[in-house]
Amino acid sequence: MADQLTGFVNWLENLLLSLGLAESFVSFLMATLGVLTIMMFVLVLDVFLVWVERKVVARFQGRLGPNRLGPFGIIQPFADIIKLLIKEDITPIGADRILFNLAPPFAMAAVLLIWAVIPFSDGLLGADLNVGVLYIVGVGAIGTLSIILAGWASNNKYSLLGAFRTVAQMIAYEVPMVIVLLVPVLLAGSMNVSEIVDSQGVWYIFIAPLAAIILLITAIAEIGRTPFDLLEAESEIVAGFHIEYTGMKFGLFYAAELLHALTVGALFATLFLGGWRGPFADQFPILGVFYLFLKAFLIYYVIMWIKYTLPRIRIDHMLNFNWKFLTPLALTLLIVTAITEKLIDQYFVNITLTLYVGIMLVANVIIAWIVLAIVRKYAQSTRKRVGDERSIAQPPLETPASGSD
Amino acid sequence: MTTVQIIFIVAAAVTLGAAIMVVTTRKLLHAAVWLILSLLGVAVFYVLLNAGFLAVAQLVIYIGAIAILMIFAIMLTRHLALDIGPQVHRGWPWALLIAILLFGGLIWLLSSWSDVSTELPVMSSRADPLTDLGVALVSPNAYVIPFELASILLLAALIGAIYVAWPKKEKEG
Repeated sequence: MADQLTGFVNWLENLLLSLGLAESFVSFLMATLGVLTIMMFVLVLDVFLVWVERKVVARFQGRLGPNRLGPFGIIQPFADIIKLLIKEDITPIGADRILFNLAPPFAMAAVLLIWAVIPFSDGLLGADLNVGVLYIVGVGAIGTLSIILAGWASNNKYSLLGAFRTVAQMIAYEVPMVIVLLVPVLLAGSMNVSEIVDSQGVWYIFIAPLAAIILLITAIAEIGRTPFDLLEAESEIVAGFHIEYTGMKFGLFYAAELLHALTVGALFATLFLGGWRGPFADQFPILGVFYLFLKAFLIYYVIMWIKYTLPRIRIDHMLNFNWKFLTPLALTLLIVTAITEKLIDQYFVNITLTLYVGIMLVANVIIAWIVLAIVRKYAQSTRKRVGDERSIAQPPLETPASGSD
Repeated sequence: MTTVQIIFIVAAAVTLGAAIMVVTTRKLLHAAVWLILSLLGVAVFYVLLNAGFLAVAQLVIYIGAIAILMIFAIMLTRHLALDIGPQVHRGWPWALLIAILLFGGLIWLLSSWSDVSTELPVMSSRADPLTDLGVALVSPNAYVIPFELASILLLAALIGAIYVAWPKKEKEG
């Protein structure tokens, strides 16, 4: 498809140039068209994500899900959209009107911006940035910003609490996420996302499986999905940061969350599952798009699976898990991967690919084994501490005189 | 006028306008959001200068960390954080004078520099300034000592932060 697409782009460019438009204006117009195409593609996909999500959650809960409108209820999202559009648009009293209205588009923009650097197929990508991975981290900040603004501008205690939790969670989980993102960068020797895909002759999930798992966990925390959905914990703070939003403004938050989950899937697929690579993807670039979305939806399914299976984690556990477990583990992983990679580079130049993957895999397994041993020991000591008799808050013991003895 | 020039003028106008709003708006949180817009404008300048790494670093550090930390601090204090009272300091004519002098000095400096009208050299598409930057940071002939010094400084700050935040053990009795 990349060839046909390039042909089409060239044809359109020549057509515009023959109309007598200035060259710089035409290139600007073509860039705008490219942005709009990627954006529309992703947004239309987003409409159907609502249906996918509702169908899958229904299956997990032993229900049927939407099944009335169209085959398998596939028209249902459009009904949902119409419903959201005709709802009353309420701005609460005392809300900061500008920031209140600014927050939902920011949430959507933060997700859409990531798609700019994800390669859909060989040579088919929005922007070929040489700092792609860092860019992904950078635009994530806009998502955090939107949630803080939404929570503050709503003039509501619960939404403010939700915003506080968000900052704690998102900033905390960004640390191991950034460290772990360095592992594929290290292995590929480049921050360019398409170069990372190109260098994945063997998928990085086989070379760095622990990094992949940590990326998945931290990404789920960044989206704020169960078990990390403390920012909208229904039983504690009603709906969290988007409690005051109605109609399509709420719809934007909802759509952004769904799309963010798929985006994380695409990101994971790109960094660890070889992106668009697959059988015959080199000859027929259109297959690359298919493979990318197949892998992205697979990860999206795993995220949903986790979401509808696990209960919510407590807030102190959430922070402990991050700072005392994920961050040290990610740091260790980065150091070990760097040293192993350098040693292999230095001393085993003519190593076969299988052996290289094997050494990396063994290094990961050793780290995992040590970590599990430490965790087991910690769990034992915690169990002992909790199980022991404690000297606090005990009522004065009155021996039951007339008792069994 | 080329596209780059138009983008530069728009970005400069947005940066300056947002910077003025930062100091004139009365709501503290609005000032923080305007500051983010202003910082974003600076990131656009870096992109125009082919310094993609600096642009993204600006995004990550200034918007992702510092601005969000500021907003968090403001949210923790008061709800509205409205500033009532005069918005100009008594000595504003002096500040204006210094600003005009500085601006005039900069203009004079740039106009007396012979290379000011040099065209931006077109970089080859395969050039990778990022790799050069990375190599320069760890090369003994370039910036390895400042780089290591900055690392040690940051590590010291990190340890200091942990020490300050560590819960003090109260003596019993």
